[in-house]
Amino acid sequence: MGGGGGPTARRGAPVRGGGGAARPASLVLALVVLLQACGGAAPDGGQAAAGSPGAGERGELLVSAAASLTDVMAELEERFEAANPQVDVVLNLGGSSALRDQVLAGAPVDVLATANPATMDEVVAAGLVDGEPTVFATNRLAIAVPSGNPAGVEGLASLADPSLLVGLCAVGVPCGDLAREALDAAGVTAAVDTEEPDVRALLTKVAAGELDAGVVYATDVAAVAGAVGALPVPGSPVTAYPVAVVVDAPNRVAARSWVAFLTGDEAVAVLVDAGFGRP
Amino acid sequence: MTTPRLPAPLAALGVLGGLLLLLPFVGLAVQVPLRELPALLSGEVALEALRLSLASSTLATLVSLLLGLPLAYLLARHDFPGRRLLRGVVLLPLVLPPVVGGAALLFALGRRGLVGAQLEAATGIVLPFSFAGVVLAVTFISMPFLVVTVEGALRGLDGRHEAAAATLGAGRWTVLWRVTLPLVRPSLVAGLALTWARAIGEFGATLTFAGSLAGRTRTLPLAIFVALEQDRDVAIALSLLMVVLSLAVVVPLRDRWWGRAGSGP
Repeated sequence: MGGGGGPTARRGAPVRGGGGAARPASLVLALVVLLQACGGAAPDGGQAAAGSPGAGERGELLVSAAASLTDVMAELEERFEAANPQVDVVLNLGGSSALRDQVLAGAPVDVLATANPATMDEVVAAGLVDGEPTVFATNRLAIAVPSGNPAGVEGLASLADPSLLVGLCAVGVPCGDLAREALDAAGVTAAVDTEEPDVRALLTKVAAGELDAGVVYATDVAAVAGAVGALPVPGSPVTAYPVAVVVDAPNRVAARSWVAFLTGDEAVAVLVDAGFGRP
Repeated sequence: MTTPRLPAPLAALGVLGGLLLLLPFVGLAVQVPLRELPALLSGEVALEALRLSLASSTLATLVSLLLGLPLAYLLARHDFPGRRLLRGVVLLPLVLPPVVGGAALLFALGRRGLVGAQLEAATGIVLPFSFAGVVLAVTFISMPFLVVTVEGALRGLDGRHEAAAATLGAGRWTVLWRVTLPLVRPSLVAGLALTWARAIGEFGATLTFAGSLAGRTRTLPLAIFVALEQDRDVAIALSLLMVVLSLAVVVPLRDRWWGRAGSGP
């Protein structure tokens, strides 16, 4: 087996030697190429380019929206694009905290819509929001159970049963914080089995029957009606959805008209239809 | 002495390739909060995740040895119907997104799964959202490294030594234990180390199949994912820990593993 290492060592050495001799010139070249590549691709470079003339008409509008808005945003995108055929709305959906971190890290996002004010406030505090965020919808909690409620979940109190498989959103994700607020208010210590990164990941596991119950938003249950059942959370805390134009929005013109659209009568009707509350 | 030098443009591309791989780690290293590092790494979040990661990846490596070594032998030395298919299937966890692996595990071994439903009915065992579920998911993703490495080594043997031992009266177990395994030992060690390194880095299948709960299923990669959104310094400290753990396993193996791969008979 010693022969296995020998040829490698002999083969490796000359290559390293050759590389050393050629190093100075090629390293400089590589660095030049790299620096040029960085200039074009890094978020900073992208933002600088966005300020240049003509960037506002490129037509693509990147909207980061909380996972709980997934279905309603698809419908709103269609309506907005019908009214503004020159704009192509691109949705970036995820947990609000992840979306916040992307914006804080300089992602070239045009509009940010989070599932609670606390997440948005951190972006505001970082000076990355253009103007003031506007609340465009509200939401409340529901307990999602697999269709037929096989474990016989009756309400928040059932979540303390250690024999049930119970999921919440992770701490820091709006639906997770809101759920903990509701559990605290009800004096229930939930026997949690998993903390999911966003509300849709949690709902998927409930719909698949792997979890007996998960605390989600009332609107999420409506979105997958049939696969899951829902129990109300009496006296549920209400969360508000703020939306704002990002300070370095590459497409600021379209971003502003999207925010205006989102707070207008047509969008509010769509949101209410999907189970959201009025702002 | 006179190995031809690579033309300068290609050498530049090679350097660029190296930088592409190196740069993210430099970026990570720059972010490390050195002063708080000891406190961050000795915090409950870190220790709990580290303990779960070490336990699950070590168990997964042992299970891989127990099941993967015989599987590698079957694939390398036995002809049976479906062998070609099975050899391909062994590669699937290496190339598929781990989240697909996790979803497939749910469909098979989840509470409503093909086998999982019967398992729960018969024994009351529920694998998803349990530590056993973590070990299962991690084994599914990492065992192929052992199988592929050892199978390659076994195929490389010409069988003379084993035939000689058998001629001299050694039984099957003796030939296996005293001749075959010593011959493939370097590959076996490399395979085990790679399996362990892949296991400790597993994320997608674990999150999908076993969920994420501190102290039960939240291994280091999952803890990093959670911490990224809650406490960046913890996330960075844990990431550094993962890099160090992985380097410690992979670097000593690098030459030996590739040496063997490149010097087949």
